[in-house]
Amino acid sequence: MRMTGGQMLCESLLREGVSVVFGLPGGAILPLYQTLPQFPQLRHILVRHEQGAAFAADGYARATGRPGVCWATSGPGATNLVTGLACSMMDSVPVVAITGQVARSAIGTDAFQETDITGITVPITKHNYLVTRAADVPQVIREAFCLAGTGRPGPVLVDIPKDVLTEEADFNYPEVVHLPGYRPILEAPIEQVRKAAGLIAAAKRPLILAGHGVIISRAFQELRELAERAQTPVVSTLLGLSSFPEDHILYVGMPGMHGAAYASMAINEADLLIAIGMRFDDRVTGKLSAFAPNASVIHIEIDPAEVDKNIKAHVALVGDAKHVLRQLLPLIQPKTNPEWLRRVEELKQAHALGSPRPDRLQQRYVLERLSEITDGRAIIVTGVGQHQMWAAQYYQFKEPNLFMSSGGLGAMGYEVPAAMGAQLGRPDKVVWSIAGDGGFQMTMYELATMVENNIPVKFALMDNSYLGMVRQWQDLFYKKTYVATHYTRNPDFVKLAEAFGLWAVRVKEVDHVDDAIHQAMLHQGPALIDFWVDQEENVFPMIPPGQTVAELMEEPEERVHWKK
Amino acid sequence: MKHTIVALVLDKPGVLNRITSMIRRRGFNISSLAVGASEAPSLSRMSFVVEGGEETVKQVTKQLQKIIDVVKVADISKENVVARELALIKVTTTPATRSEIVQLVDIFRAGIIDVGSESLIIEVTGDEEKINSLARLLEPFGVKELMRTGRLAMVRGSSTVKIDDDQLGAPAPRTASNGAPSSDSPPPGW
Ligand SMILES: Cc1ncc(C[n+]2csc(CCOP(=O)(O)OP(=O)(O)O)c2C)c(N)n1
Ligand SMILES: [Mg+2]
Repeated sequence: MRMTGGQMLCESLLREGVSVVFGLPGGAILPLYQTLPQFPQLRHILVRHEQGAAFAADGYARATGRPGVCWATSGPGATNLVTGLACSMMDSVPVVAITGQVARSAIGTDAFQETDITGITVPITKHNYLVTRAADVPQVIREAFCLAGTGRPGPVLVDIPKDVLTEEADFNYPEVVHLPGYRPILEAPIEQVRKAAGLIAAAKRPLILAGHGVIISRAFQELRELAERAQTPVVSTLLGLSSFPEDHILYVGMPGMHGAAYASMAINEADLLIAIGMRFDDRVTGKLSAFAPNASVIHIEIDPAEVDKNIKAHVALVGDAKHVLRQLLPLIQPKTNPEWLRRVEELKQAHALGSPRPDRLQQRYVLERLSEITDGRAIIVTGVGQHQMWAAQYYQFKEPNLFMSSGGLGAMGYEVPAAMGAQLGRPDKVVWSIAGDGGFQMTMYELATMVENNIPVKFALMDNSYLGMVRQWQDLFYKKTYVATHYTRNPDFVKLAEAFGLWAVRVKEVDHVDDAIHQAMLHQGPALIDFWVDQEENVFPMIPPGQTVAELMEEPEERVHWKK
Repeated sequence: MKHTIVALVLDKPGVLNRITSMIRRRGFNISSLAVGASEAPSLSRMSFVVEGGEETVKQVTKQLQKIIDVVKVADISKENVVARELALIKVTTTPATRSEIVQLVDIFRAGIIDVGSESLIIEVTGDEEKINSLARLLEPFGVKELMRTGRLAMVRGSSTVKIDDDQLGAPAPRTASNGAPSSDSPPPGW
């Protein structure tokens, strides 16, 4: 069948099961837009800024497990996608980004809105393409989805010149594509699996460190089965949150820079660390040479390059978390570790997270209430900063795959568009965006998109008038010299939200928190609560960068008496 | 320690950029790189000389392997290999020095491929050491220009660095290997 490149692209997206695309038009991609009316099954969400499209595609992908799709025009449209792509790359999120490009004859001439987007995105995509013939579109799209969604997922960018979008060719959608250099490994060699099972059987103080890979491979049941059968407590990385039920007796918490002290201490005391789908980021490990000093390490990881990169594995099981756990489970004899479990419990009691002060409105309180009122079953999308860490600490996740955050890149502004994407992917769920006043102002224009498309995200805006996490570093490491972290004149966020068409309310008092949350959830469309929270509260515990559990700072004395 | 890595890569535009971009951003130390056609029409063969310890070289190998257009990577440092470089050296000559230079060229089994009134171009092939020593010996005569290829290396005997038989023909995974849902169904519970 004869089609234009643009039509082929839309048809190919449909073949890949795509139903939503986030984007914004411009000259180079216009031919694609003008074919959209012929493809009513493709829902296009017109964003306000292309960064919003990229983050939304990322949020959509995390929420659904399927590639999110965004597109943009050449030049500035394409460069606006860059932060979002870098975020998806760092966090292994499947995204397919399509950019318009100047016509083939103009490439290389510094034409109007020409940018070398394939060159720019080489280090921040899993792979990218410049399509030079319309006839290649179907195959490239097929490959892009294959690459984005399989193995260790990641973003793939496809750059298409304007005249390729209008060129006609025969449409043939390939069932199979050949990528000779791409062979993701699913299962680990069985001798290695046996070795791992042996280590688990022999361990006295085993600990599971669950990462994003558990969620990506949907290995929830397998993880739980391993934990229960080997009576092994579970700690989770930031992106591993909601891979294991937090109300489970074997759940410990998140370790690391702002993790629970007891979770970091448990790693310190463990004699076996079973790391699943994680890459030993410095936010988890602190000083590498002092990390898990008493433990052998079993590393289950789909990307061979992550094995032995930061932490040396005693047994490396390269493969997909779900597959490898399924190989491992039959070899695990039920065992108990009563002393170790008692010890972990002891650590939990002795180093419990602090409780919010009742005399001030603190973020921790808001998050505790949100957790309670939503029964730990809402999708939580955060920005980056203090609110992100408190959300990780105080929201108790009781269902799989509820936490979405820019972990690796740490991109402020993620909280608004990614929440929009997550909500579109999971219309059945309540989505709460936990926003910082800093990050919110980076991408808040997408509120218009949400109102326009009736995407009912609820916002808990943690308004502390500070770039709080940076202020905290200035407080702790620069003698309270606050430079460029205070927003002395934030806008009236309630009026602003109302101007966008949201329902909004301001909360300054502890007593009004519950009511506001209930009201926001009763409201049909998007809603925002502007929480005027304690401005100079710091996140604890904290292990200063590059240091060890020994340097862990717990809540300062004057705050301890607020503990339950 | 210097390691020799050989890679087979797809002969496509941009491949070299992907590889050098990765090497630069991860701070790997590559002292030579050579690239050219291979025995297979769609593949180029590259060789790298990497400086660093065992761990670093393993990382280089794995990170290379991760690039989609890189089909095969092998560290052949521990193998019995032949390694060659080619150099062109333009050296200043005078009637007084010419015969001495020619003698050197003979000793090194090099060749003279261009003769000018005041200079010669010498072509020499060999391992790095050999080329280094010739260059050093020519230095006093006045080396006007020197250019060398990277190291080419091949395992001796019948063993080869080649792609696996099924590799070009094997289909890429069709659906998400990770069992992700193919429709909008919610994730399975725990
Ligand atoms: C795009 C971007 N710019 C800068 C930073 C550095 N940074 C990290 S946390 C932070 C403060 C965030 O402030 P806010 O969103 O208000 O959250 P809070 O820490 O106050 O909860 C900054 C500036 C970043 N992570 N991302
Ligand atoms: Mg703030």
